[in-house]
Amino acid sequence: MSAPAFHALRGKVAIVGVGQAAVGRADGFTELEILSQASQLALQDAGMSMRDIDGICTASSLATMWPMPVIEYLGLRPTFIDGTMLGGSSFVAHLMPAMHALVSRQCNAVLVCYGSTQKTAAFNRAEVTKARRSMDPQPYETPYESIPPLGAYALAASRHMHQYGTTREQLAEVAVAARRWAQLNPEALMRDPLSISDVLNARMVADPLTVRDSCMVNDGAGAFVLVRADEARDRRAEPVYVLGNGTAVWNRQVSSMEDLTVTAAVASGAAAYAMAGLKASDVDLAMLYDAFTISTLLFLEDLGFCRKGEAGAFVQNGGIAPAGRLAVNTNGGGLSCVHPGMYGVFLVVEAVRQLRGECGARQIDKPQVALVHGNGGTLSSQSTALLGLQATL
Amino acid sequence: MDQVKPHAAVGPEGRYFGQLAAGVFQLQRCGSCARAVFFPRNICPHCGGGELQWFTPSGLGTVYAATCVRREARHGGDYNVVLVDLDEGVRLMSKVVSADVPDIVPIGTRVRAEIVRQGDAALVVFNVAEAA
Repeated sequence: MSAPAFHALRGKVAIVGVGQAAVGRADGFTELEILSQASQLALQDAGMSMRDIDGICTASSLATMWPMPVIEYLGLRPTFIDGTMLGGSSFVAHLMPAMHALVSRQCNAVLVCYGSTQKTAAFNRAEVTKARRSMDPQPYETPYESIPPLGAYALAASRHMHQYGTTREQLAEVAVAARRWAQLNPEALMRDPLSISDVLNARMVADPLTVRDSCMVNDGAGAFVLVRADEARDRRAEPVYVLGNGTAVWNRQVSSMEDLTVTAAVASGAAAYAMAGLKASDVDLAMLYDAFTISTLLFLEDLGFCRKGEAGAFVQNGGIAPAGRLAVNTNGGGLSCVHPGMYGVFLVVEAVRQLRGECGARQIDKPQVALVHGNGGTLSSQSTALLGLQATL
Repeated sequence: MDQVKPHAAVGPEGRYFGQLAAGVFQLQRCGSCARAVFFPRNICPHCGGGELQWFTPSGLGTVYAATCVRREARHGGDYNVVLVDLDEGVRLMSKVVSADVPDIVPIGTRVRAEIVRQGDAALVVFNVAEAA
């Protein structure tokens, strides 16, 4: 790994702790309560205490001023605060501002955290969707009842199938691969056997996507802790260095996408690869935000794992399942592990655990480089990060 | 071009929906780069130009992507959602309302815009266009 450091921040910051809490259901607990549990676990993992945290990155689908209640609840006095809200990619996108803040010594330790009770709270996902129509109107799409985000991904899948001959069986391969990884992960919520015909024959929700092509709706919280690389060593676990990060947004509405088969991941990925001095063939693990099966296909292409239009063939015959050509979403993904609304933070947690070799039955063979790709909205925001072990510096 | 009734102060969004309610479907075109713009706004997303002029499009377009949202009959049954590329070069979300259209409208279908009422609002929908 002799690639030059294209960017002054490459490898200067490391993830030293990760945590998850209330994976699935938070019955009786609030978002702040499960967020704080996940944060405590991440700090324990790092051998740190909340008193060490002086930087915070967080986002919520509900509260527009979310860093304030989080700071208050955790008792922080942060000198660095980032509440950038880009949907599910937010916690990947938080890496870059956190790196700037750490390297410039604006702060010394950043907690990135998220918690959602969208499943069990009285003000649940359905209520949120209703409220959002007024709080965040989309007058050119809402009247057509495209059931965002579902309809947008269905439209993208229809176009990918039309343009490249991608089949429903190939989409189903993504769900089956996710399930096979989930079966190796005791924390995953959906672990029953799943076949391609199970996916094809599941309840259609928006053609060509069935309910098994779609991520779950769960509760859950996740957190991770970042410090400068020179303070990352001599901890319980190996530090995981941030080698590159890029974020791109080109549109909000799916109807404003120039090409439904090409996402802004081509730009976020290019920026992250350039900063890291790496390319797709260097990646041992790809954590790709799988809100729907089509997402995984689009990101495999946009991030250079195969050419545009060829992801269907790439995933066929277990291409991204255990023992396939590329390890993808080894926790089981949003499709089979957990999906608490904005899933991005869980991508980072799994990548760190894999790089450290903590993944038990689903552990892949000595990974050095993980790519984490977060997506937000309806194929709207894209953030890519490259994470690596000491040897990649 | 000037089928527009005099308005009280209203932005592009208000004007667009006001015109639709009056039965007129209009788009904007940029005075600088000449590209059509949808959805209506104050600034051209293609070139940054600020001189957007309204015009009436042909209403003809082509289905670019299509889905059918599956909904229980007791809640109103299935319905299609499409993205249509208008011949003028803009894309919009809509639905195809022609009686005999398949659940999943074939991509590439030629369609023609129609304004319908939906509750208090006016809405652009499409019909399958007869072959020329």
